[in-house]
Amino acid sequence: MNTIIHDSVHVVLAFSLPPLLLGVIAKTKALFAGRVGPPLLQPYYDLFKLFQKGSVYSTTTTWVFRAGAVVGFVSAGIAVLLIPLSGSAAPISFTGDLILFAYLLGLGRFFTASAALDTGSAFEGMGAAREVTFACLAEPAFFLGLLVLAKLSGSLQLSGMLGSSLATHWANAGDSLALVLLSWFIVLLAENSRIPFDDPNTHLELTMIHEVMVLDHGGPAFGMILYGAALKLFVFGALVVRLAVPMTVGSAWLDWPIFVAGLLVVAVVIGVVESTMARLRLTRVPVLLVAACLLSAFAIILLVR
Amino acid sequence: MAPFLDPLLIVALALNFVALGVSRIRGVINAVALQGILLGILALFVHSEIGIRGILLVGGTICLKGFVIPRFLVHALREANIQHEVTPVVNYMNSILLGAVGTGLAMVFSSTLPLADTHKGLLLVPASLATVWTGFLMLTTRKKAIMQVLGYLLLENGIFLFGLLLLEAMPLLVEVGVLLDLFTGVFVMGIIIHHISREFASISTEHLTELKE
Repeated sequence: MNTIIHDSVHVVLAFSLPPLLLGVIAKTKALFAGRVGPPLLQPYYDLFKLFQKGSVYSTTTTWVFRAGAVVGFVSAGIAVLLIPLSGSAAPISFTGDLILFAYLLGLGRFFTASAALDTGSAFEGMGAAREVTFACLAEPAFFLGLLVLAKLSGSLQLSGMLGSSLATHWANAGDSLALVLLSWFIVLLAENSRIPFDDPNTHLELTMIHEVMVLDHGGPAFGMILYGAALKLFVFGALVVRLAVPMTVGSAWLDWPIFVAGLLVVAVVIGVVESTMARLRLTRVPVLLVAACLLSAFAIILLVR
Repeated sequence: MAPFLDPLLIVALALNFVALGVSRIRGVINAVALQGILLGILALFVHSEIGIRGILLVGGTICLKGFVIPRFLVHALREANIQHEVTPVVNYMNSILLGAVGTGLAMVFSSTLPLADTHKGLLLVPASLATVWTGFLMLTTRKKAIMQVLGYLLLENGIFLFGLLLLEAMPLLVEVGVLLDLFTGVFVMGIIIHHISREFASISTEHLTELKE
């Protein structure tokens, strides 16, 4: 009975909270710029509006284009069920689920990029090329971080690796975990195309990465893409929060609010990063991602030394 | 050993990579200056009791490496009208990777060194070797003379880290001598930078091969 309640809280939070994170980021950026900014719930209104619209599909596109939005959303939706949000296990959890988790995100990316290529637009092809180039550098950083957690916890299950036992490891291997935390935060910014990797607000096709891939989507399909992107932000935010605040009080009444507060703090930090940093030049982006890989790699070296 | 030692050393190691990967000279100067300040603070943690000598040394190091030399370099940057790009011979990505390989090798190598038992397993030794390696890398793979000064500073930071192991045994005179050497070194190189820039209207050391009678 207890696990059913726990799982339903997990599902409700995971699917209702993501757009709020986008709202918090936008509000933080607005505060930094001295504006009032859109209301916190604006992303919900946007999604609602998009889902009510009709859809127009280009005649040159095939089923791949239509599948792109759906697969991108569904893969993020399954991935969010694999990660533990508070102390106890995730709704779906088995040994080796970290591989499924990483490749669900990979699958979503593959279909988004394929849908972009399917339109035949030169700009979208460019965006797809950039997205996969940066992703292939962000993925090793993420995996090396997972390796550190697997080595520390001796488990190959996300629920075990990010479970409450993590709190004890901060005492004896805090250096490594801090490096992984930093590395994962860089991965979070890269995977969700935030500044300094990509500017989600830009509207110049030549410089966009993620946004340019979805130029041809409209209506419900675009809504699904936006919602999927928000879910992905939630997934990575949750990973960072679990890594940074692994301790659990034991009572579910406190653990869930702690987690949600942590997530909102991550959103504010992203907003601060976006307000205080400029975008990197495209050729400099790989340098930062390689640095993220190196951070994780050094975390491993420090562990096995 | 104090619990702060390892985190501080990791930050110092991370600054090595910042120095290798940042494309603006001002950024490199800041990274090296911050590392100098960190090393000064580190000296406080390495030994539990430091006398007036230690305090003087820490103060001197922080003051010189963190403030005087960086300010001098920024001044030189402005006076000689140096452009802000680093202009590396080996690009940033490869420099970072080379730095990473060097740091990894430093970890392996320092575990084979015949160190005193109290110094075994410390992060101090690999960090020192890695910083020396980064300094060499910067000395050899950057074109502008000011970057060579910065490479020299990194090199000295690495030597300072190693010297921290021997803080009790090493007489004050040696430490002060090293700092003085460093200061005069930077001073002389500042003058050289000025002369190169006046002679060739650029501070790329590539022009030095043109120096003929």
